[in-house]
Amino acid sequence: MAQTTSPATEAAPDEPDESASGGGTRDPADGGETDVVGLGKWRASAFVAPAMVLVAVFLVFPALWTLYIGVTNYRLTGVAARTPEFVGLDNYTQALGDANFLNSLYLTLVFVLFSAVIGQNGLGFALAWRLQDARGWVKRLVESLVLLAWILPSSIVAFLWIALLDRDSGTLNALLGTPGLAWLIEYPMASIIIFNIWRGTAFSMLLYSAALASVPPSQLETARLVGASRWQTLRDIVFPHVRGHVLTNTLLISLWTFNDFTPFLITAGGPNGRTEILPVYIYNTAITGGEMGYGAAVSLIMLVINLIIAMFYLRLLRERK
Amino acid sequence: MSREDGSIAASASERGADRPVSGASEAPGKSTTVAAEPNQAAGQPEPARPSPPPIMTPRQVVGRIGFYTVIALATAFFALPMLWLVSTPFDDTPGLSISLPDLTLNNFRDLMDNPYALGSLLNSIVLAVGAALLVVIFAALASYSLSRVKIPGRDMLLYALLLLSSIVTGTAAMVPIFLMMFQLGLIDSQIGVILVLSGGLLPAAIFILKDFVDTIPKSYEESARVFGASSFQILRHIVVPVIRPGLATIAVWTVVNVWGNFLVPFILLRDTDKQPAAVLMRTFYTEGGAPNLALISTFSLLYSIPVVLMYLFVNRKYGFRFHGGIKS
Repeated sequence: MAQTTSPATEAAPDEPDESASGGGTRDPADGGETDVVGLGKWRASAFVAPAMVLVAVFLVFPALWTLYIGVTNYRLTGVAARTPEFVGLDNYTQALGDANFLNSLYLTLVFVLFSAVIGQNGLGFALAWRLQDARGWVKRLVESLVLLAWILPSSIVAFLWIALLDRDSGTLNALLGTPGLAWLIEYPMASIIIFNIWRGTAFSMLLYSAALASVPPSQLETARLVGASRWQTLRDIVFPHVRGHVLTNTLLISLWTFNDFTPFLITAGGPNGRTEILPVYIYNTAITGGEMGYGAAVSLIMLVINLIIAMFYLRLLRERK
Repeated sequence: MSREDGSIAASASERGADRPVSGASEAPGKSTTVAAEPNQAAGQPEPARPSPPPIMTPRQVVGRIGFYTVIALATAFFALPMLWLVSTPFDDTPGLSISLPDLTLNNFRDLMDNPYALGSLLNSIVLAVGAALLVVIFAALASYSLSRVKIPGRDMLLYALLLLSSIVTGTAAMVPIFLMMFQLGLIDSQIGVILVLSGGLLPAAIFILKDFVDTIPKSYEESARVFGASSFQILRHIVVPVIRPGLATIAVWTVVNVWGNFLVPFILLRDTDKQPAAVLMRTFYTEGGAPNLALISTFSLLYSIPVVLMYLFVNRKYGFRFHGGIKS
């Protein structure tokens, strides 16, 4: 997903154009917009149209079509491929009674909770907080590494972790002195959780660095003068300033982690479905297994969860304004 | 829906020691409250503060040691997996573990010998550049109109876009998208992949760019108009140059997103000749037998270089601070 609003400043998209009125020639009667270039409504609409067509075809339509496919027995091959039949809510009842689906939902919850809500959030804040006092080069080094982990292509980082965790000649086993320990088979879920913390902490770190920069230094100074401990300072001065950001950050990283397909590149859902989080489950049933109708039903459940998280996020932005 | 992964948060704000991040495109007025505080604080007469004692107390020493231990551990955690990427491509006997290499460039011969490797990098370039062009042009047109002309329902439209782009992600929509492209006969079409990815990235791009356009004083265009410039001339010679940093941000962001995207080309491109690096790389190590480490390591290195260069560019030019946190 792509998030545009900068949580650091709340330059919310719903902000009307008042801020753009630098010209000072705006006519109050027309609500702040002046069509200075003389585009006119029609040409303006024509400018917006190409983008809207792409968005309509590749975002709106798929979302709506999911509703339809989900109530059919659509398959990729076979009879049902040519003439999909309407099956009502069968796919949904099947999903809710399917141990694999429920297991996948549970794994997703664990994955999001531990890797995003706790892991990325906690490590991101800790890094942002500690790096404030670090020397310039230390700060730059750590930040660069964390950011690199975030921006390298997922295919590469997936293999880097496969190499790191390899049973026979992986670096981790060499370091820990645990030769022959197959991390991805013994502890597959913990492995992808740690992996995702490594992969995604950068965003939280950046956001919290920005948030911490907005804590007035005078207040920190006062706390120092009255002899507040580090923990007290954190709790009574810093936290009230960043509380809003914690919520924003948690919602965003949860949404992204929930939709992350990268674990597929490391474990492909295995062994025995022990890391089959929802995105991987959908891929395995719908694309590999060809059960499009069922896959669409599960996708819709995913879309609804996304919608709920996104609504929370939007409401938060609106309140903040 | 910027599909799946690969991400960048580029920023338009400068990096400065005591300069807080000002927000998206530094719209004046939006971030003044944030920006003003530290400056004021710095300008105020300093309260009398006790000068720090020259010798640290044992407690402080322990604190310092603890501090650097934490930093060292964090550095090790983030650096460890990446060391392989730096050492193995030049290792005489490439293995899975990290070792000081006996320097050689022989591994790159495996890369040249692979019939698909270089082609897949080219495919990645085609996808990234194609999507970047489409996104930049369409988003520029749309964001300019949305900023300057009151189109009915515009604010609702922007809201709906924001919502859509965050919920209809590549993973949640892979079934309908795959099926749609399947029925349109666009499986194995690079154009298809470009369109799907662009559709997902456009809403965010429009948002970021609209912020840039909103900061242009309207007097720029007005004065040009007074001198008789046509609409097209104004756009071409005034608006585009002013929002160029915004266009660059969008372009870099799109390229990084598409370059790293795995899921969409993975489900839409079956023909090995057309697959981008992200997808082809997987075939190097999952198809039975031992992975060809010489090939994987050199290929990974080559494949990661553009992203690293762009990171360095953005970091140098703008500082890697907050603008739009954009992760797919």
